[in-house]
Amino acid sequence: MSTLPDPAPEAPTAGAPVAKPGRESLHYAVRNPKLIIGVSLVAVLLAVGVIGPMLLDNGNPNEYVGPQASAPDGTYWMGTTTFGQDVYAQFVHGLRATFLVGVVGGAIAAVIAMLVGFLAGYRGGVTDEILNMLTNVVLVIPALAVLLIINAYMGVRSVAVQGLFIGLTSWPWAARAIRAQTFSLRTREFVDLARLSGSGTWRIVFREIAPNMSSYLFMMFILLFGGSILIASSLDFIGLGPTEGVSLGLMLQSAQQWSALQLGMWWWFVPPGAGITAIVGALYVANVGLDEVFNPKLRES
Amino acid sequence: MRRYFARKLLIYALTFVVAVTVNWMIPRFMPGDPVSAMVARARVSQPEAAEAMRTYYNNLFGFDEPLWQQYLHFWGALLQGDFGISIFVFPTPVGDVLLDALPYTLGLMIPAVLLSWFVGNWIGALSARRKVLDNTVLPAGYLLTAMPYMWIAVILAWALGAKAGWFPISGGYSLDIQPGPSADFALDALHHWVLPFLSLFLVALGGWAIGMRNMIIYELESDYASYLSALGAPQRLIRRYAFRNAVLPQVTGLALQLGVLVAGALVTEIVFAYPGLGSLILAAIQNQDFFLLQGAFLFIVIGVLIANFLIDIVYVVVDPRTRTGMAGGTS
Repeated sequence: MSTLPDPAPEAPTAGAPVAKPGRESLHYAVRNPKLIIGVSLVAVLLAVGVIGPMLLDNGNPNEYVGPQASAPDGTYWMGTTTFGQDVYAQFVHGLRATFLVGVVGGAIAAVIAMLVGFLAGYRGGVTDEILNMLTNVVLVIPALAVLLIINAYMGVRSVAVQGLFIGLTSWPWAARAIRAQTFSLRTREFVDLARLSGSGTWRIVFREIAPNMSSYLFMMFILLFGGSILIASSLDFIGLGPTEGVSLGLMLQSAQQWSALQLGMWWWFVPPGAGITAIVGALYVANVGLDEVFNPKLRES
Repeated sequence: MRRYFARKLLIYALTFVVAVTVNWMIPRFMPGDPVSAMVARARVSQPEAAEAMRTYYNNLFGFDEPLWQQYLHFWGALLQGDFGISIFVFPTPVGDVLLDALPYTLGLMIPAVLLSWFVGNWIGALSARRKVLDNTVLPAGYLLTAMPYMWIAVILAWALGAKAGWFPISGGYSLDIQPGPSADFALDALHHWVLPFLSLFLVALGGWAIGMRNMIIYELESDYASYLSALGAPQRLIRRYAFRNAVLPQVTGLALQLGVLVAGALVTEIVFAYPGLGSLILAAIQNQDFFLLQGAFLFIVIGVLIANFLIDIVYVVVDPRTRTGMAGGTS
C-alpha cells in the first residue's frame, strides 16, 4: 500500500520559463528511467500477449502437441507439460487473459471508486456519512472470501465475469483516497466560482475537480489494474478461474495440481508466476516514475 | 474518544450484519439451485430417493419456510453458534470442523502479519537514510509486492524443500505423529510451519518497507524537520520524530491489509496442503459443501473484524489526535 501523494501541481519557480503543464510532464516523462523501464516492460509483455497467439499455428493452447514433460529446447521454448501441452503457447495466451482481467477489473473498480469518492467528498454531510459507511463495510469484508462464495455458486466463469466481480469488490481504498482529495479541492476558489455560476454537482466534479487530480486518478487506475491481476491469479489458483481457455493463474494451478514441483518440472511453474510478477512489478515501477513526473518535489536533483 | 469507538463499533456491527446477510442471500438468490446440484452430484437413480434427498436438503437449508422466517432462523442458529452440518465431513458440525483448522491458520497468520510489519518498517526506516540500502531495498520491495503469494510459495518449496531438502513441502505435521501437546509434535509442526510462514512473510514485507521509506523521506523533508535542524537539533531526535509520524499511516495500512492477507493465507495453505481454513475452503468448494463454505466465510469475517478492532485500539494509543477527539478523518 503506497502512500498517497499530493496531486496538486506545484507552481513553477519564479523566473523559470513557464512551460505548459502537459509539455512539462512529457519533458520529464521521457527522462524518467523508472517510467521508461516500467512502461516498456508492460508494452513488451502486452505485445507478446497480443501478437504471440497469432503467430502460433495452433489455436488451442491446451491441445496435446508435443512430447511429454520435456525441458525447454528449440522447438518448445518453455518446455511441455506432463500431457505434452506447449507451455509457451499457454503462456502467450495466458498473458492475454491476464491483461484483459486487469483492464476490466481495474476499470470497473476505478469507475465505482470515482463515483463514490467524488460524491462523498464533494457533497459531504449525510451523503458522505452513508457512502463512507458503505466503503468501510466493503473494506472490512475480505473481498476474496466473497468472490469465493459467489464463484462457487455461479456456473458462469469467464475472464470478463471474473473481472467484473473483482472490480465490484476492490474499489474501497481508492474511493477513500479520492474522497480525501476531493475534500481538499472542493473549497478552492475555482470550485466556488463554478458553484456561483450555477453548475450542478457532476458538472463541477468532472469539469473542475477531476481534471485537477487527473494524474492522481491515472496512477490509481494503474494500482487497481495490478491489484486485479493479482486477485485473479489467486482465484484461478484456487480453482475458480475461467472454465475455458488459459490464464497465467490457471497454468500455476495445473502445475500445482499435477505436482510439477515434486517432479522438478520448473519450466511449468516458473514462467506463469514470472509473467504475473513482471507485469505487476513493471506497473508499480512505472507508477513510481509517474509520481516523480507529476510531483516535482520527488524529482531527484 | 467515546464517539470514536461508538462509530467504529457501529461500522463493525453493520459489517457483520451485511456479511451475514450476503452469506444468507447467496444460495437463495443466485442463479442455479444448490440443492439440485447436490442431489445431482449424489447420482441417485431412484426418483423417490432423489426426492427424499431434496426434501432433506430443503429442510436443512430451511428453504421450505417463508423468506423472512428463513432469515430470522439463520440469525437465530448463528447466534447459538450453529453453522449447520458439513457435507464434506458428514455428520460433523461445521463449527467443529472450522475450530479444528483455526489454530493452524492463526499460527501462520499472526506471526506473518506482525513480523512482516515490524521488520518491513524497520528496513524501510533504515533505507530512508542509507543510499546503498535504499538502492537495493526499493527494487527488491517492488519485486516482492508484485509476486503472487502462491508463486513465491511454490518457488520456496522448490528451492528449500525439494532441492535443498531442508523443510517438508506439504502438510502441517508428519503423518506418523499424533497431533497433541507433546514436544515431538511441536517440533515437527514448527518444521512444517517454516515454508508457508516464509512465503507469507516475504510477500508482505516489501510493501511495508516501501511504504515506510516513502513516508520517512516525506517527513524528513517537512517543515518541522527543517526547523528542528535549523535549531541545531541532533539528527537522531529529528529521525525519531519523523518515525513517529511516519508510523501512523502504517498502522492504518495494517488494518487495510488484513483482508488481503486472508487471501494470501488461503492460497499459501493450498500450496503447502497446510491443514488450516484455506485447505478446508478448497475442499468445501471441490465437494460443493455450501455449509462449510458459508461457515468459513463468517469465520474469516469475524476474524478480520476482531483484528481491525484491535488495531483501532492500538491507533488510539499511538495517535494522540484520536485521544483528543479528532476522530475519523484519517485519509
